[in-house]
Amino acid sequence: MSIFLTKDSKVIVQGMTGSEGTKHTTRMLASGTNIVGGVNPRKAGTSQDFDGTAVPVFGTVADAVAQTGANVSVIFVPPKFTKDAVLEAVAAEVPLVVVITEGVPVHDTAAFFAAAQASGKTRIIGPNCPGIITPGESNAGIIPADIAGQGRIGLVSKSGTLTYQMMYELRDFGFSTAIGIGGDPIIGTTHIDALQAFQDDPDTDAIVMIGEIGGDAEERAAAFIKDHVTKPVVGYVAGFTAPEGKTMGHAGAIVSGSSGTAAAKQEALEAVGVKVGKTPTETANLMREIMENLAK
Amino acid sequence: MDLMEYQAKTVFAKHGVGTTVGEVVTTPEDARAAAEKLGGGTVVVKAQVLTGGRGKAGGVKLAANPDEAEERAREILGLDIKGHIVKTLNIVPAAAIAEEYYFSFLIDRANRNYLCIASAAGGMEIEEVAHTNPDAVAKISIDPATGVDEAKAREIATQAGYPADIIDAVAPEIVKLYGVFLSEDATLVEVNPLVKLKDGRVEALDGKVSLDENADFRHPEHADFADTSAADPLEAAAKAKGLNYVKLDGSVGIIGNGAGLVMSTLDVVAYAGEEFGGQKPANFLDIGGGASAEVMANGLEIIISDPQVKSVFVNVFGGITACDAVANGIVQAFELLAARGEAVSKPLVVRLDGNNAEEGRRILDEAGLAGLERVDTMDGAAKRAAELAAK
Repeated sequence: MSIFLTKDSKVIVQGMTGSEGTKHTTRMLASGTNIVGGVNPRKAGTSQDFDGTAVPVFGTVADAVAQTGANVSVIFVPPKFTKDAVLEAVAAEVPLVVVITEGVPVHDTAAFFAAAQASGKTRIIGPNCPGIITPGESNAGIIPADIAGQGRIGLVSKSGTLTYQMMYELRDFGFSTAIGIGGDPIIGTTHIDALQAFQDDPDTDAIVMIGEIGGDAEERAAAFIKDHVTKPVVGYVAGFTAPEGKTMGHAGAIVSGSSGTAAAKQEALEAVGVKVGKTPTETANLMREIMENLAK
Repeated sequence: MDLMEYQAKTVFAKHGVGTTVGEVVTTPEDARAAAEKLGGGTVVVKAQVLTGGRGKAGGVKLAANPDEAEERAREILGLDIKGHIVKTLNIVPAAAIAEEYYFSFLIDRANRNYLCIASAAGGMEIEEVAHTNPDAVAKISIDPATGVDEAKAREIATQAGYPADIIDAVAPEIVKLYGVFLSEDATLVEVNPLVKLKDGRVEALDGKVSLDENADFRHPEHADFADTSAADPLEAAAKAKGLNYVKLDGSVGIIGNGAGLVMSTLDVVAYAGEEFGGQKPANFLDIGGGASAEVMANGLEIIISDPQVKSVFVNVFGGITACDAVANGIVQAFELLAARGEAVSKPLVVRLDGNNAEEGRRILDEAGLAGLERVDTMDGAAKRAAELAAK
């Protein structure tokens, strides 16, 4: 088991025929992902070869869904076209849309997230994220599949490379699912969404949560953990020494009621019993201890 | 990108929001000329800096005539307001203010939509009001799908507690401010204070606007707002080379891949540096996924040209990028820099892990670069880099 993505996931790629799309489609296929199609209106009806696997190209997401039963779309299109690509996937009622694209204007994200909320049929992950991997089953995005295998740790992270680092540190235990949610101001799936899903997943025993300075998502996740998460959670927050972001006006502070600093996030997490490591390695060691105790 | 007040008001004016842009000057003499141009009456001389609390810091002053405007400008120019040196002034005619309010639109991260914050209690102490009397500050959620029309604007104005006699005047301004927020791709539009003038008109007396740089592709005109004079010379050089670099005050130069990992590297170095007399990271530099030799050389060049840097820590986790490519990049960067006459003279600690790490390490070992040490764990490498910086 896992969250959001399983061996039964049928994946299409929007932007598959572009250079990033081609590169990562090859990698996703190599890691066993069931990729059933790509979308490109100009190449509809053709197919693209990936190391001997021919993947059909459809003109629209709706066509791809109708003909393949796809239930996941991974989006690699450039920022200018991302909003329309996501809206198309939402209109086609694709249950899971993973937006890898970096540099999407936040008003575009607000618009496609609102559309997804209104339809009630689509979960969005990202934008500006490495995607989601259920090791050994399916890989929707750019997380290298060979870092770690299947296991019983759930990982949710704002950062791509820290996701890889943490998977590497804990590769001897493996992961049920690892999900990079991205660090943009508006994201489709939050720490809280992932925590809830990991809590409900019978094959996840413990959760690693990686946060970063900015916003108050970690503080809200801490409040959620207190009330809803009984599985052990270990945390890491990056950005204690990061240059203080230019904050303007009073509005941000009024909304969050939090400074958004790494220290504030650490404090909030520790206050609800989450162990927070000072370095990624120390964080991994905290999780190691928990997994070893659970095994006893 | 954050806009200065006069830039924000320029954007407001473009969208028809009531405001007075006034004159923008950089010398006391020009301040006098501006005051004369504005009719010779009382003006306000306002420091243009990207920080709050200008009034309290003496950055906003009244001047009764052009002589006084020149004098006030002389006092304010060069002031250090929270680390921001005043280089630019905005000169505006003094307004006959009846009442002051607070108004803003912003991105609501928690609810993943937009938020309007508005209050009849305007002026500088809005954060204090929000804290002590939260009921006086209205927070109204905005659905991006429906936005703000005249009816919604009236609802906002009423919830904010704006007086009934200004609702007719303020509602269209709110609709126009939403236009600024949406069509300029702003992440924050704040008007503090929004004022009722004695003649009954409503005006944005001050403005703060943050623009989303991800949307620059549809706003080429936003490039004009960039304040290039304020940038650190190393940051400017890095930007010219397309590097994601931020100068800090420490002694350990940092190069890494991925923003999260680099941010974490800064923390780990600062943490390890406590043992060595408080060594701290000298910069943030994210070379991204494809660490080519050229990018590595450019990054190294910037970092070793920083006189504060005593050692360099290259921290790469090979995810998509293979470590052998990174190692080759480092070797070639040394050659490139030597060819440019900028040979690497500072000790370099390299940690390579992940994809093809063994091969990457072998390449570094074989190259036998002077001053380069390989440490294979992030914490260990950070410690060694801090130790070398303290020498």
